[in-house]
Amino acid sequence: MRLRRCGPDAVLVELESLAEVAAARTALAAANLPGLVDLVPAARTVLASFTPGSPGPRLVPGVLERADLTAPPEVTAGEVVLPVVYGGPDLDLVASTAGLSVEDTIALHAGATYTVAFCGFAPGFAYLTGLPDPLCQPRLDTPRTRVPAGSVGVAGEFTGIYPRSSPGGWRLLARLADDVDPLFDATRNPAALLSPGDRVRFEARP
Amino acid sequence: MTRALTVLATGPLALVQDLGRPGNAHLGVPPSGALDEPSLRLANRLVGNPEDAAGIETVLGGLRVRASAPCTVAVTGPSVSVRLDGLLVDSHSPLFLGAGAELEIGSPWRGLRCYLAVSGGVAVDRQLGSRSTDILSGIGPAPLRVGDVLPLGAVVEVPVGADVVCAVRAPEELVVPLLLGPREDWFADVTARLAGAVWSVSPESNRVGLRLLGEPLRRTSEFDGRELVSEGLVTGAVQVPASGLPVIFLSDHPTTGGYPVVGVVPAAHLAALAQARPGTRVRLRPST
Repeated sequence: MRLRRCGPDAVLVELESLAEVAAARTALAAANLPGLVDLVPAARTVLASFTPGSPGPRLVPGVLERADLTAPPEVTAGEVVLPVVYGGPDLDLVASTAGLSVEDTIALHAGATYTVAFCGFAPGFAYLTGLPDPLCQPRLDTPRTRVPAGSVGVAGEFTGIYPRSSPGGWRLLARLADDVDPLFDATRNPAALLSPGDRVRFEARP
Repeated sequence: MTRALTVLATGPLALVQDLGRPGNAHLGVPPSGALDEPSLRLANRLVGNPEDAAGIETVLGGLRVRASAPCTVAVTGPSVSVRLDGLLVDSHSPLFLGAGAELEIGSPWRGLRCYLAVSGGVAVDRQLGSRSTDILSGIGPAPLRVGDVLPLGAVVEVPVGADVVCAVRAPEELVVPLLLGPREDWFADVTARLAGAVWSVSPESNRVGLRLLGEPLRRTSEFDGRELVSEGLVTGAVQVPASGLPVIFLSDHPTTGGYPVVGVVPAAHLAALAQARPGTRVRLRPST
């Protein structure tokens, strides 16, 4: 772990793994740091930013020294179940890369329990960890110029759902069922269906 | 009669802005909010609003509105001509508009962004706690268009006025402090190079970031061609993409980025950057 300054009122915590990121984020969130504005996990970092002049940044090292970054954080959030329809344009590619049948690929993806590691790229885009090894696959060589909203894809160690249509290079396996609430709706409270730390499962619909 | 403002002309860009929606970065939602925050706060104080009420942020003026009911308004930011029913009136001062009165903001002589506050505040619906338009994510109301009718909130206080109110200065050269980090070690001879550099504000700049033109920063050989795993960004972060030309992130910045941030401009200095027209010279004064 290493701390890096990010201006007068923020600290960037560098960590070794997604598991450490989750543990550090949980410890900082539980510490009730004064003036905390944002706690932004990413793949290997947690950014803690504070209101100008807050003593918060000076308290971050102590919180992390007392935290056990090797222990998996307690699950406090509920589980979100997302009904999806498998049959995405890259399902065959993912299955052949994994050396599995399409049916086994679907069973593998739908059978795992995922955790929201962090959000980014666009509002409500959640990077889910817990992807079974055979499904950890590279991005497409040529990204699509338009991926429809609700597409479910895999890339590297993550699976995720596009909250709105955008360009993207993830391998697409499925799409959210039509009756699922949008993943992100700024006029709704809460706006985002998925937040860091949440558990997520996919439920295969015909 | 409902209290409302009707938009008669927008100028190049007019947006509803309050103090934004910080605290949602973990969901991928930018903070947004007025770029020249002190100017919006001042305009709100002048008309008796809480400082966080929503007003209108204009770029190079050109906004014309009609009041449906009596209200108090104030225009702040850089020096600018303001007309009330065609007659020149003061900026940086509370103005009373009767029902049907028209207010027009001219083009500021220097600087970019003027702010219009109205008693009661612009009361469009909030999204994630804020009425601000976020041009990166498309959250909040669309940019203003001719014919838009903006509802106004209830008036809670009487206008207070002020003894002396100064317009924002927008000099031709800005010197802003830069606290090095978190990734200053990616760049060669970084303190000396930054201290000696004079940048120029690019016309590609917007609410996402102020783009700088000049001599590109070079990476150390150790970090040449290296990729950074995306990490969280604060407002004021100076990110250096592969081109070596820095971008100073403003209110509508992405919440994470995959290029190294050489340093951060403290929040108190961002308002001056929000008023920097293309071509403005910028010096970053690095410190550790």
